[in-house]
Amino acid sequence: MYPAKFDYYRAASVQEAIQLLQDHEDAKLLAGGHSLIPAMKLRLAQPPAIIDIGRIAELKGVSHDNGSIKIGALTVHADVAASNVLKSNCPLLAEAASNVGDRQVRHKGTIGGNIAHADPASDMPAAILALGGTIHLIGPSGSRQVAAADFFIDLLATDLHEDELLTAIEVPAQSGKTGSCYLKFEHPASGYAVCGAAAVVTLNDDGACAGASLCFNGVTATPHNASAVTDALVGQALDDAAIDKAVDANLSISDPMGDMHASGPYRIELAKTFAKRALKLARDRA
Amino acid sequence: MAEITVTVNGKSYTRDVEPRMLLVHFIRDVLGLTGTNIGCETSVCGACTILMDGQAIKSCTQLAVQADGSSLTTIEGLASNGDLHPVQEGFWEKHGLQCGYCTPGMIMASVDLLQSNANPTEDEIRHGLEGNLCRCTGYHNIVKAVQYAAEKMQGGN
Ligand SMILES: Cc1cc2nc3c(=O)[nH]c(=O)nc-3n(C[C@H](O)[C@H](O)[C@H](O)COP(=O)(O)OP(=O)(O)OC[C@H]3O[C@@H](n4cnc5c(N)ncnc54)[C@H](O)[C@@H]3O)c2cc1C
Ligand code: FES
Ligand code: FES
Repeated sequence: MYPAKFDYYRAASVQEAIQLLQDHEDAKLLAGGHSLIPAMKLRLAQPPAIIDIGRIAELKGVSHDNGSIKIGALTVHADVAASNVLKSNCPLLAEAASNVGDRQVRHKGTIGGNIAHADPASDMPAAILALGGTIHLIGPSGSRQVAAADFFIDLLATDLHEDELLTAIEVPAQSGKTGSCYLKFEHPASGYAVCGAAAVVTLNDDGACAGASLCFNGVTATPHNASAVTDALVGQALDDAAIDKAVDANLSISDPMGDMHASGPYRIELAKTFAKRALKLARDRA
Repeated sequence: MAEITVTVNGKSYTRDVEPRMLLVHFIRDVLGLTGTNIGCETSVCGACTILMDGQAIKSCTQLAVQADGSSLTTIEGLASNGDLHPVQEGFWEKHGLQCGYCTPGMIMASVDLLQSNANPTEDEIRHGLEGNLCRCTGYHNIVKAVQYAAEKMQGGN
């Protein structure tokens, strides 16, 4: 199973990658290749040119500065999952990355590629949205930042322009009495999420909910932010019954995806169950 | 064509390849190292698992050009001086294979698992090998083989 023919270019720097994108119409960037190469083998993608950005060292690694954590776009899932900076300051992202595929996939697939590809079943987008993350992009006319809430536009479609490169994902370091949890119900064959739930819960000193967020992947075309549920939790004592009630009364998803594996209504039922489990675990970890 | 240089099992090779050539085809067809198998060709079965710079990857999901400059280990490179690697020995001793098709990939993934977790629980072994499918064994003896290797590598036996 061979991809169709293409011209291959390797970029040594971000600037070179931007230049190569301008020089070669319809070229595709190649990071880890774990979404693009399978699509090219199936001839779902037949780019005339490939620009390999996999070796750009400046786009790799996790840094922590002033309450904000930046993850370079080319950081592989295994390194996100193992990052001590993330495990101590933003465990949700590390937990989501540890749920991606299998160990071989996590050694090659990158967080930037995962976000740029925007597969609705991908684990990282919901976690980044739940954290209120920001996506850093750069193109010929300079760099810009987009809130995760505005980045995912539709199935496999994002705000990333064709001449742009995704350079980093930025998330706030967790503060106060905060706990988080990423849980997924995976398809038994592919391992991709049928429904994934990312939850963050912050408690006051008296144990009441000071703030929370809850986002799903796998259920809708873009990650779904269940803000009505978390709005209802703020100020409440978070016992199990309060969480169950807030989810049952406020979770409303009007446009679920459905396919031969799981119908729309089934995915919504999964979302309810996983929302309750993820919120309770996040609370226990706070 | 693009020129690449890779070190495979300690030996350096420089070859011209078509950019669309998959790494697994480079290993099997260009270098003639046919120990690495192709099962699904769609990134799910793990039969093509090798180590790239020490880490397990699926060689059907990489281009040969992406491997330029890297160091690869395939199943042929595990034994040293005719002595089986402890993981190979474990699969032999514990009957961790039947038809053997999944075995090279299963062994390479197990080597990688034991590098990051020297003493995995049964659950960690099953989870750690989730990227490798076996149609024959039912996995039980594969788990035992990895446990055997873990013990041996920690100085047991
Ligand atoms: C067997 C298997 C199982 C998987 N299971 C899961 C799973 O359970 N959960 C999950 O979330 N994912 C899963 N994945 C997908 C995996 O996470 C991919 O690694 C990821 O989606 C894409 O990252 P990549 O680096 O491989 O990108 P590539 O495949 O190289 O690129 C993907 C797309 O993003 C673009 N792109 C990449 N990097 C950039 C950048 N920096 N700037 C702009 N555009 C860019 C490319 O042009 C391309 O269009 C799985 C993949 C495989 C093969
Ligand atoms: S042949 Fe590579 S994963 Fe199956
Ligand atoms: S031994 Fe036959 S597929 Fe595993």
